[in-house]
Amino acid sequence: MNMFLETLIGGLLAGTMYSLVAIGFVLIYKASGVFNYAQGSLLLFAALTFVTLTDQGVPALGAIAVTIGLLVLTAITIEKLLLRPLTNRSPMTLFMATLGLSYVVEGVAQGIMGSQVRALNLGIDDLPIFLGDIMISQFDLIAAGVALAIVVVLSLLFNRTRIGIQLRGVADDTRAALSLGIDINRIWQIVWAVAGLVGLVAGLLWGARQGVQFSLSLVVLKALPVLIIGGFTSIPGAIVGGLIVGAGESLAETYIGPYLGGGITPWFAYALALVFLFIRPAGLFGERQIERV
Amino acid sequence: MKRLLVAALLAGTLLSGLTPASADEVSQYIPLPTYRVGAYASSGELWWAGERDYFRYINEVEGGVEGVKLNYEEFETEWSPDRTVEVYERVKAGKDGSPLAFFFTHGTPATYALLEKAAADKIPLIDPAGGKTETVDGTVFPYAFPLLFSYYSQASTGINYIAEKVGGFDKLRGLKIATVYHDSAYGRASQPAVEVLAKKYGFENIQIPVADPGNEQSPQWRQIREQKPDWVFLRTWGVSTVVALKTAQRFGFPADHIIGDVWAGSESDAIPAGTAAIGYSALAPYPGGTDFEIHKRLKAEILDKGKSDLRDQKLFGAVNYNIGLVNAALAVEALRTGYKHFGARPLNGEEGRWAFEHLTIDDKRLEEIGFKGLLQQIKITPTDHEGGGAARIQSWDGEKWVLQTDWIKADHELLNPLIQAGAAAYAKENGITPRTPETETN
Repeated sequence: MNMFLETLIGGLLAGTMYSLVAIGFVLIYKASGVFNYAQGSLLLFAALTFVTLTDQGVPALGAIAVTIGLLVLTAITIEKLLLRPLTNRSPMTLFMATLGLSYVVEGVAQGIMGSQVRALNLGIDDLPIFLGDIMISQFDLIAAGVALAIVVVLSLLFNRTRIGIQLRGVADDTRAALSLGIDINRIWQIVWAVAGLVGLVAGLLWGARQGVQFSLSLVVLKALPVLIIGGFTSIPGAIVGGLIVGAGESLAETYIGPYLGGGITPWFAYALALVFLFIRPAGLFGERQIERV
Repeated sequence: MKRLLVAALLAGTLLSGLTPASADEVSQYIPLPTYRVGAYASSGELWWAGERDYFRYINEVEGGVEGVKLNYEEFETEWSPDRTVEVYERVKAGKDGSPLAFFFTHGTPATYALLEKAAADKIPLIDPAGGKTETVDGTVFPYAFPLLFSYYSQASTGINYIAEKVGGFDKLRGLKIATVYHDSAYGRASQPAVEVLAKKYGFENIQIPVADPGNEQSPQWRQIREQKPDWVFLRTWGVSTVVALKTAQRFGFPADHIIGDVWAGSESDAIPAGTAAIGYSALAPYPGGTDFEIHKRLKAEILDKGKSDLRDQKLFGAVNYNIGLVNAALAVEALRTGYKHFGARPLNGEEGRWAFEHLTIDDKRLEEIGFKGLLQQIKITPTDHEGGGAARIQSWDGEKWVLQTDWIKADHELLNPLIQAGAAAYAKENGITPRTPETETN
């Protein structure tokens, strides 16, 4: 029983790390209907910028401030050079644009800051904590706390601020928002900047776990099943989706893996997502699209 | 008209600058499929710096190999086998009058993809410490060279080192040795050898796969904690090594009882793991460090003169840089062997095969070329395309790799029948009649 509980809790906590990545996607999808393939590249760019600055002797807080500044600048540039000229184009066109953007961001980031693996020490040791006989990861526990804090902050932003109400307005009906005088370009800049900040947090946590390197951009692959399960438009959905994927793949690897030769985590998450697609195509918390025909 | 004339003159001047200085001076063409961007760029960037620095040293300081200059050219592949195949197709006819003497695949998947094609084109594929293990048998695979250290040799050397640590081979009986491996052709490649070794020495063989990319390994290390192995052989790659070391620390498995294989033992693996990597050991057919004669020569002639391809000179002597040096030296010494036999002119694929099959680097030669301690003695023959099969062991002290042993040889008596059986099965499946090198003339 202890083994089962430990696997379950470990999986749930690991799942919050996936949720952190998924939240970045949700923010942009909610506000613009764009599936931002470049989210992983932005995550890499953010972590690489931070670690490059700290390697140069910049204090951590200063490095975070500069990185945030660069992310905001990047968001404005993306909106002006990429999104604005493509306004009213099909979602597939926008998706392809973000696909291209991901290569540009990765190439520029690695070209300027190098491709060497960098160590990132956030001062959080990945050590075990014991609850009776059940071992949990201190690092994962803190990551879960950070994810929770982000959800709270984003909920406050969406529900209690003027910008948040505008964001929701754009998400609900872009044309209606435009007719009310909401500056949609500014909203997009804000959303991309906030998604960049979430990417920074996710990048720092993932970077501390596995080193800051190119493969950070590939953690987005973990976010896809999370989004399918939780829904592309819901931040709580991203959290719940992450928990389901984390717990599901951990339990599956431990209890089903040995019968299938092991190493089943990558496809198990997608198999799980496929089941949800059949049962609930919009995800657990996603908005059901009803179209008049 | 006047503008046209000026443009023509300008074009003529520019083109004349691109013409080789002397039509008689034909250099040996060496294409390099590389990966400076993408998921594996962190190792590639240093690897190509090592290869390029050594080739530049040979050209500029030694005047080429037996007077023949090396014309090396990079092609970005992002470690993608299909792109490497595309590069191969583009370069297999050679360039600027030079045929292709060999083709560095720079990756096991690419070697697999090109195996049959290169054999048909009679171009040797060079993949040190990689490739398909059965290709050690040159009678079935005349054009594949998994030089230095096959995957079977890696398993055997690892077990030999564990035996040394526990006080002898008899002490292996009853031990549990787990292999945590990247779930890919590379990761699974050593399994037949470990199985045979487990039978011979009586240890329990536990195999635990980690799916790519391996950035979450709690289930695997929970299994380790439950099964309590005495040693772990880590056959991971890229991010899966870093995460393995960190997760092992969390689950309380001691780093000094983990032995990584060749591709899990560079600074890129150890530095990001922080304190979790202290005491971790790895097989080193390519040891790290700058305490070798060749590094002194390169520093004086290449680095200090600003000619190095290294972006950050602090990484001079990193394991991946040294991989590049060793691989380049193997190519240079093979070409030298060929030039001495066929004459100092660019070689073609068949001549390249002969050159590699007669490559011998003994202690004396290692001293001369400055690779003593960095490269093992090697003797390739038409029947043995590995030619070495040994590694040193290095341990991570928190800042750098520290060599722990001299060269430890694999148990070839045990491994050769396994290799020959695999090669024979391949020959049967593909209708290949194994060659009889003793009857060949050259």
